[in-house]
Amino acid sequence: MSTHQPKAARGGALRAPLFFTIIALLIAIEGMTRGWNGALGILNMGLISAVIALGLNLQWGYAGLFNSGVVGFVALGGLAPVLVAMPPTPGAFAGGGWGILIALCIAVATVVAAVWLNHNLKGKARAVAIIVTLIAGFFLYRAVFDPAVAVIEKINPSAQGNLGGLGLPTLIAWPVGAVLAAGAAWVVGKTALGLRSDYLAIATLGIGEIIVAVLRNEEWLARGVLNVNGIPRPWPVPYEIDLQANADFIARAAGMGLDPVTASTITVKLLWTALFALVLIGLLLLAQLALKSPWGRMMRAIRDNEIAAAAMGKNVTRRHLQIFVLGAAVMGLGGAMMISLDGQMTPSGYNPLRYTFLIWVMVIVGGSGNNWGSVLGGLLIWYLWIKAEVWGPTLMGLITAHLSDGAVKQHLVDSAAHMRLIVMGLVLLLVLRFSPRGLLPER
Amino acid sequence: MSFLDASDMTGGYGAADILHGCTLKVEKGQIAVIVGPNGAGKSTAMKAVFGMLKLRGGSVKLDGEDITTLSPQDRVKKGMGFVPQVNNVFPTMSVEENLEMGAFIRHDDFHETMEQVYDLFPILREKRYQNAGELSGGQRQQVAVGRALMTKPKLLMLDEPTAGVSPIVMDELFDRIIEVARTGISILMVEQNARQALEIADMGYVLVQGANKYTDTGAALMADPDVRRTFLGG
Amino acid sequence: MDLLNALVAVLNYIIVPATAYGAQLALGALGVTLIYGILRFSNFAHGDTMAFGTALTILVTWGLQGMGISAGPLPTALLALPFGIALTAAFMLATDRVVYRYYRRVRAAPVVLTMVSAGVMFVMNGLTRVLIGVDEIRFADGARFVISPQEFKAWTGLAEPLALRSTQVITVVTAALVVVWLFWFLAKTRTGKSMRAFSDNEDLALLSGIDPNRVVAVTWILAAALTTIAGTLYGLDKTFKAFNYFQLLLPIFAAAVVGGLGSPIGAIAGGFVIAYSEVAVTYAWKKVATYIVPGWEADSLMQLLSTEYKFAVSFTILIIVLLFKPTGLFKGKSV
Repeated sequence: MSTHQPKAARGGALRAPLFFTIIALLIAIEGMTRGWNGALGILNMGLISAVIALGLNLQWGYAGLFNSGVVGFVALGGLAPVLVAMPPTPGAFAGGGWGILIALCIAVATVVAAVWLNHNLKGKARAVAIIVTLIAGFFLYRAVFDPAVAVIEKINPSAQGNLGGLGLPTLIAWPVGAVLAAGAAWVVGKTALGLRSDYLAIATLGIGEIIVAVLRNEEWLARGVLNVNGIPRPWPVPYEIDLQANADFIARAAGMGLDPVTASTITVKLLWTALFALVLIGLLLLAQLALKSPWGRMMRAIRDNEIAAAAMGKNVTRRHLQIFVLGAAVMGLGGAMMISLDGQMTPSGYNPLRYTFLIWVMVIVGGSGNNWGSVLGGLLIWYLWIKAEVWGPTLMGLITAHLSDGAVKQHLVDSAAHMRLIVMGLVLLLVLRFSPRGLLPER
Repeated sequence: MSFLDASDMTGGYGAADILHGCTLKVEKGQIAVIVGPNGAGKSTAMKAVFGMLKLRGGSVKLDGEDITTLSPQDRVKKGMGFVPQVNNVFPTMSVEENLEMGAFIRHDDFHETMEQVYDLFPILREKRYQNAGELSGGQRQQVAVGRALMTKPKLLMLDEPTAGVSPIVMDELFDRIIEVARTGISILMVEQNARQALEIADMGYVLVQGANKYTDTGAALMADPDVRRTFLGG
Repeated sequence: MDLLNALVAVLNYIIVPATAYGAQLALGALGVTLIYGILRFSNFAHGDTMAFGTALTILVTWGLQGMGISAGPLPTALLALPFGIALTAAFMLATDRVVYRYYRRVRAAPVVLTMVSAGVMFVMNGLTRVLIGVDEIRFADGARFVISPQEFKAWTGLAEPLALRSTQVITVVTAALVVVWLFWFLAKTRTGKSMRAFSDNEDLALLSGIDPNRVVAVTWILAAALTTIAGTLYGLDKTFKAFNYFQLLLPIFAAAVVGGLGSPIGAIAGGFVIAYSEVAVTYAWKKVATYIVPGWEADSLMQLLSTEYKFAVSFTILIIVLLFKPTGLFKGKSV
């Protein structure tokens, strides 16, 4: 956002602590008025949102890269818990797993061959060779892939019908999610970076849609719209049922004057909070170190003046690719954490408004280029997003109170739930217009 | 009083001034040329005359009328024509459309003016339906000059019209510019090719660091040993 | 005979639907390319503008139907279209006044404007939902077929049916009229030429006395008309569902880039390239193959990609163009 004149932020060093205190108060009020279960629920998703926002801040805040496919990288990260932590489907791998692996190898080999041909041939021969290779590769891929998929999807289709996972601990899935998202980002970045900025925006919009489409339709992978349920929780988060069956725990809860059900849900939520906070703090620390390092300074130099940076011998496209992949990895991590928290994979839930553009609002409102700002934006906007759903109908009820009952009133009350989209849009527009550097401006 | 009288112009783009009391005058139907070393503020001086630069001091008068505070668009309406150094045509529009756009502020019939431009630059008549972006450098400059002539300006300003064209094309362009001046239009131009430009100039201004260093007729400047040694390479 | 059947099948399942779809994409891409050429940013709110304009048109359609007004064999929505366009244009002009104008004045970077358009997208998305809800809506009335499949089969004696729905014909005819008018407007009128000049060289256009506010206003009005027409035609041809319109953003952008951003003729070509590819790649060719190669029964559907992956087609074409010809088929604005 280098085009806007920096304005001195009021409050200086106290600004960030102040805003974070406000968030803490909001959560506390929520806990005291509506129950801690819900409050911690908002906080936990807020922490995950903060992680994803940190990833986007790397791309946009550090490097000025417009990624409109955040939803895809988050979704791809979410695939990792399914592939890593779910128990393997008996017979699936033996039946079709190898076939799918071979098919994917064929696909990769085809693309590599096409790229090689592109670099080593010229003129008409090049075009013909590439087209022939791609077509041949595609049909070979389908020939291996289709039967393998058919085998897998036939296995116990009502509960499984997919490849299943490796049965490894869920925590391992988190870095795997990061790697998956990073891989996809590398492919997109390799093609669309170095061109005009709009092209990256359009290409990422595409990859986002495609990743979600793959998750929705490839039933052998994550059961598509049938959803994968019962993804194991990571250590150290226990299940409420187990806690409630634990005599020790019940005694301790009783000691604090809590009934076992409340105590168990809150304990579980608090453990999630601790786990997410730990990851977030680690990421924040790394991001801050990176920002202050020569590498971070160079990134910002490139963002503020690409031409000058290129003239100083910096390979702008390479650097952009680096940070684009890193940012996507963080988003993938956030996506994996989210699926672990939900315990289920519901591909149809990946809506770009919610997982791309809402994250944008978080980063912009928090303050692009400022990691603390992204965390703040993640928590604050998530809180508003959840609360706006509650406030909307209440507000609409007040507005329409004097209207006589009828179709118009009913329609307005029914549509109040959609008000939060308008609210988020207005928040984004107002911040961009009047405070383009966000709540916590970059220093 | 001269037709164009820009006196004591002082100003710049930011905090620092580029022009320091620069004065430029052009008589009716005459050619005035601004020459000088790189960074002397030649183009800046011309932009100041055209209103693309806010002045902190001095005034610009055209035909006796003070136009110091007018916008460039309003100065066009007052009879100024300006040909920028680069990006001075509409590349994906035809030659004829370029001329039409030049006449955009006119609400009368401009076809007679267009014929005059075609008479002046016959090659443009030939290529009237071709896109300006597809023409050669010299032809493009002719389109640019033609576009500026469409408002029937009384003062035509050219910012380095011969930058990047071959010597032959340069000579031809200068011939055309003389012809334009003969129709009674005053001409103010900035030139890198100082020697050739002074040859056709009625009046020459040598600028150094945003101020007038030498001011005389073109021929006198050519004859001045100081000017020859310092600015014309001997 | 079998070859004829194969031909009819191709016509029925590919050529006809893809031509209608291509016309809709072309209109959408024209809007994108116009905004890109004049206002110089990629408008992420474009899909939602289509949805918004269509929603308004549908509301007016219902109003007209309620008053008992219809257009005979033509869908009532065509009568409602001018109202939808006018309302959408008013909304766009208001948006420009309160949102975009400020960024033009401070000469903000294009990427900032793109971000701003994402904010507008949110608002329009919400407004559309409030206006008309999230459900699928069918609003086509009037005659259903120009050529009905039964008639065609009875008339030709072929085994394969050919259906030509009236919405498809209306789509193509309307799109053709709009495109011809738009090209005439851009090529022949003073305002149209001034828009092209502004797109070509903004500084010189200002120098020539072209009023930027007027150019921008006309651009928004044209964009509103193009999006509303495209959206209504798409909704008539298929159904109206707000989220589908958001998803049209990708093929529309792809069409505009493939043709060359900023090039109107490119937008049209791009729209058809994307549409034909999408339909051809997601069509199950088994039936056609069976006709062409007699006595051979294919053991699969011979479908290259399932319909759910139609976005992958736009995306792949987009990537190929970005890699090999970043300025598009018809030279658009350079990289």
